[in-house]
Amino acid sequence: MISIKNLVKRFGPFTAVDDISFDVEKGEVLGFLGPNGAGKSTTMKMVTGYLSATSGTISVCGFDVEEAPLEARRAIGYLPEGAPAYPDMTPMEFLSFIASVRGLSGDEAMKAIDKAADRTDLRNVMHQPIETLSKGFKRRVGLSQAILHDPPVLIMDEPTDGLDPNQKHAVRGLIADMAKEKAIVISTHILEEVEAVCTRAMIIDQGKIVADGTPAELTAKSKHHNAVTIALPESLGEAPTDTLKKIDGVSEVRVDKGANGENRFTIFPKDGAVLIEKVSGQATAAGWDVKALYAEEGRLDEVFRTLTTSDAEIAGRAS
Amino acid sequence: MSELLAIFRRELTGYFATPLAYVFIVIFLFATMSFTFYLGGFYEARSANLSAFFNFHPWLYLFLIPAIAMRLWAEERKSGTIELLLTLPVPLWAAVLGKFFAAWIFAGIALALTFPIWLTVNYLGDPDNGVILASYVGSFLMAGGFLAIGSCVSAMTQNQVIAFVVTVVICFLFTVSGLPQVLDFFKGWAPQALVSTIASFSFLTRFEAIKSGVIDFRDLVYFGSLIWVWLTANAVLIDMRKAA
Repeated sequence: MISIKNLVKRFGPFTAVDDISFDVEKGEVLGFLGPNGAGKSTTMKMVTGYLSATSGTISVCGFDVEEAPLEARRAIGYLPEGAPAYPDMTPMEFLSFIASVRGLSGDEAMKAIDKAADRTDLRNVMHQPIETLSKGFKRRVGLSQAILHDPPVLIMDEPTDGLDPNQKHAVRGLIADMAKEKAIVISTHILEEVEAVCTRAMIIDQGKIVADGTPAELTAKSKHHNAVTIALPESLGEAPTDTLKKIDGVSEVRVDKGANGENRFTIFPKDGAVLIEKVSGQATAAGWDVKALYAEEGRLDEVFRTLTTSDAEIAGRAS
Repeated sequence: MSELLAIFRRELTGYFATPLAYVFIVIFLFATMSFTFYLGGFYEARSANLSAFFNFHPWLYLFLIPAIAMRLWAEERKSGTIELLLTLPVPLWAAVLGKFFAAWIFAGIALALTFPIWLTVNYLGDPDNGVILASYVGSFLMAGGFLAIGSCVSAMTQNQVIAFVVTVVICFLFTVSGLPQVLDFFKGWAPQALVSTIASFSFLTRFEAIKSGVIDFRDLVYFGSLIWVWLTANAVLIDMRKAA
């Protein structure tokens, strides 16, 4: 439903988006990940027609955003970064305005407003000026505006920013509810959010896609993927390291001090090999007094850090 | 068209949602009346017309109209709502016109609220109401011209104060270009054609002509094309920001 080909955006000498291509289909929830300034928001702004691309094409539901901008925009619900809304209006007035601009009137408009307000839990503040609302409510006003016309494509720039954990949970529930019949793109810094709601995650760095796959596929790129941690009593010292290293498929063993004085050995596999049974077998054979034993799926934040260049590094290089 | 109306309605109710509308109307009425009675010598003139009232309109508009126009785009840019507005399925011209018409109608409401002076002059004497009506139309058209300039300038910045000051300066040039002092400066050396071109760009010259009671087609074309040119520039400026 969204099709992006060779998208490039330059601001003067700076290339914000550097030859990105991807498609998003109905039923997909795509999570855009990346450090600040990676090009996530810029890409979203181009899809929604707020910025025009330097080169490349974007089509939404078959409409090219440059050739048929109004048709493309009708198909899109967009929550811009920071959820801007007219501060002197009440949510009711604001949503009525959005409804009339989107060509809804009378009963149809009322129904759409009711439904959007219910889904975003705005009922109690419908008649208070938006400027007097808390950050969480403002964000939800922006969300209800985006879903008002039940668009086939939903683009949300940091939809849960500024919400408390309960509200975050509710918004993720809302996204999951709508996921089946829509193509959804969200950007976020919160990695757990990607694992919670996204069917697909894309990591962007310096305008380029550096990873694209299901959250599980991305976590599998982590060094910790299938790593096994075994906690052994302090009395054994670091001696088990050598024994563990001899297990077939082990690339590295790291020892940390645990909270209760035990030694935690983290065993990293070669090529994602499954080690837990072997480690467990070794522990039994050696007669170790095992305090804990578990395997990890991987860590998304680790993948994120290895694939992206942090702002600090960029700043360091520039100076 | 329905999008234009939706934006027009939002903008117009937006004026009245804040104290801006009331402050503006009160100051406008207070200023027009005090100018008419004290500076204009409405009673002393002892003649049944409203020239004392209309004479000050260009000078009042010079400061009051930029105050209405400055927020049109600058505020949206500052608060980020422009991103919302421009990603709605609204043609750019509809957004520009919707905002402009809302501001113009608002100025028209303020102007219409001066009607007691029209009643007064009819009560005191027997004025030529055709001339007064023409003057009102001319004043309204002039307000439109000032507003179109202000709307365009407002699209260039996200700072409302800058928008205000720049608009006042441009409007000032458009106003004084018809004053004899300014024209005399050019008359000494510039060709006559240039002098009359400069004069013809003046709001004052046009407004003086309409105030005499004749709405010339050329004056309508002047204000119409002036508004069109500035609003087109306004739309182009907004569109250019996309490529930035």
